[in-house]
Amino acid sequence: MSIIETQNLTKKFDNYFAVDHIKFSVEKGEIFGFLGPNGAGKTTTIKMLTTLLHPSDGSATIAGFDILKQRAKVREHIGVVFQEPALDTELTGKENLDFHARMYGLTQETRKKRITEVLTLVDLLDKEDVLVKQYSGGMKRRLEIARGLMHSPTVLFLDEPTLGLDAQTRRAIWEYVKQLNKEESTTIFLTTHYMDEADFLCDRIGIIDHGKILVIDTVDSLKKSVGHDVITLSCSDSMALQRRLEQETWVSNITPHGAFLTVGVERGEEKIPTIFDIARTINISISSVDVRKPTLDDVFLFYTGRSMREQNPETSARKTAKPSGFHLRRPK
Amino acid sequence: MMNQKDLQAIYMLWLRQMKRFFRARSRVLSTIVQPLFFLFILGFGFNIAVFPGMQGSYINFLAPGIIAMAILFSSMFTGVSVLWDKQSGFLQEVLVAPVSRLSIVIGRTLGGATIALFQGFIIMIIALVLGVPIVDVQGLILTILIMVLLSFTAVGFGLIIASKMRDFEGFQSIMSLILMPLLFLSSAFYPINTSLPGWLQTLSYCNPLFYMIDGIRGSLTGVNNVLHPLIDLSIILVLCILIMGLGTYFFNKSEV
Repeated sequence: MSIIETQNLTKKFDNYFAVDHIKFSVEKGEIFGFLGPNGAGKTTTIKMLTTLLHPSDGSATIAGFDILKQRAKVREHIGVVFQEPALDTELTGKENLDFHARMYGLTQETRKKRITEVLTLVDLLDKEDVLVKQYSGGMKRRLEIARGLMHSPTVLFLDEPTLGLDAQTRRAIWEYVKQLNKEESTTIFLTTHYMDEADFLCDRIGIIDHGKILVIDTVDSLKKSVGHDVITLSCSDSMALQRRLEQETWVSNITPHGAFLTVGVERGEEKIPTIFDIARTINISISSVDVRKPTLDDVFLFYTGRSMREQNPETSARKTAKPSGFHLRRPK
Repeated sequence: MMNQKDLQAIYMLWLRQMKRFFRARSRVLSTIVQPLFFLFILGFGFNIAVFPGMQGSYINFLAPGIIAMAILFSSMFTGVSVLWDKQSGFLQEVLVAPVSRLSIVIGRTLGGATIALFQGFIIMIIALVLGVPIVDVQGLILTILIMVLLSFTAVGFGLIIASKMRDFEGFQSIMSLILMPLLFLSSAFYPINTSLPGWLQTLSYCNPLFYMIDGIRGSLTGVNNVLHPLIDLSIILVLCILIMGLGTYFFNKSEV
């Protein structure tokens, strides 16, 4: 039985569909990720699945319970870490957890035990009596994750779990998520617009854009669908080169973005000389080439026709600064 | 239906408000000091004035009004502070928990009422020290009952306002546009009787707060009240159920 199953789940705001008849299922023990740019409908989906928003159409079941008809049952089985912090900053970390535990009807014995367990898991045991308003952003996030785990939910929803955190804290949170997925066998549904996060954490990914799911598959299959290797190049006339390369049978796909051309191929390092030869025959000079394994960014570009990085200031800075020149394939 | 879990949630929501209130010392202080200003300054300022038909000193007349005012302000604030939880995101944590919406409203109301009554009692004790007489023990019990109902009603009213507002911009105007007229027309500061213009009397009798203050005055001091305290009590009870019902309804409807 699937832990999460949606049937044409839809949310319409005024005149547009925030979530448009989506259909997917998440299996027990899985880490499933919704990947998409801001405003794609990820948070709206989570709010509907966690009974905070009424769907305009369709429905879903969580652990077998209907999100419309068995709201209380659904709530018992889920833990949620919201995108915006949802802690009472006037209480201490421990008090926040205690509040949560009682709201979920845990016995005193379980409460004590779980508070120590989850605080140990997120390394906050020594800060349990500090008021949350004195916590750093990363500590707050970790406390929220700990809180989501307090009542041992069947499914844990994480809405952009590392948004706005520094690299070190993100890494730590990823480790916690992996660990609890393994140790507590919690099914995890997360949303993110970070490619690396989805790549590192998720077993399966759904790419969502404009309220629609474009594709759902394992990370590996998604990458393979783009080609075994991705060649990124810049040249004097990318339009002409694209038209010419499209005629080659060994090119599985080719997409322009900005000044670059992305070409999906097999055995990329062998194709580079060929591409140079072709370019020379039509008088195009190639100024930089890069071969690498496909990333989720390439997958996103492939399915949406645009790059996530175009909408993401943080990642775009990194991508445009990408060293041009000849790179051998980096082992993964 | 209420079960163990809902009771536990009510207790927890109540406890949270206690902790928050007593930790914010400046709030404890200001909510007690403000009504005391009214009691002392108005009380001693108007003590020399002669109001037609008023029995006893002005401070005896004023004290019930100030007790009600303290409870009203404090409870309204609790109701409206749902907005705070909405903005800080904490409301989501509460709403996603497997407890009924009704127990959330009850927990919040009890928490707000406890704080408001705490403040009301402090004003009452100070008033007693200043020489305001208590008529008898039954009167005192009736007073406390009315104070509780007043507080519930005001929290419910606050919840209604909170569900209609997105932020705190509107809060200030609500305070001056609704609370001030309610307070001035409530007989808190001057007696409502036939020596006033007819329209002012009519407006006062339309004011729910009038019956609360009249009830406290009648049961606590036993003088200067217009209606019998038990009649006041029945009016307040109906009003309280009505407002609390509406408050729960609006809170239920609000989505995060």
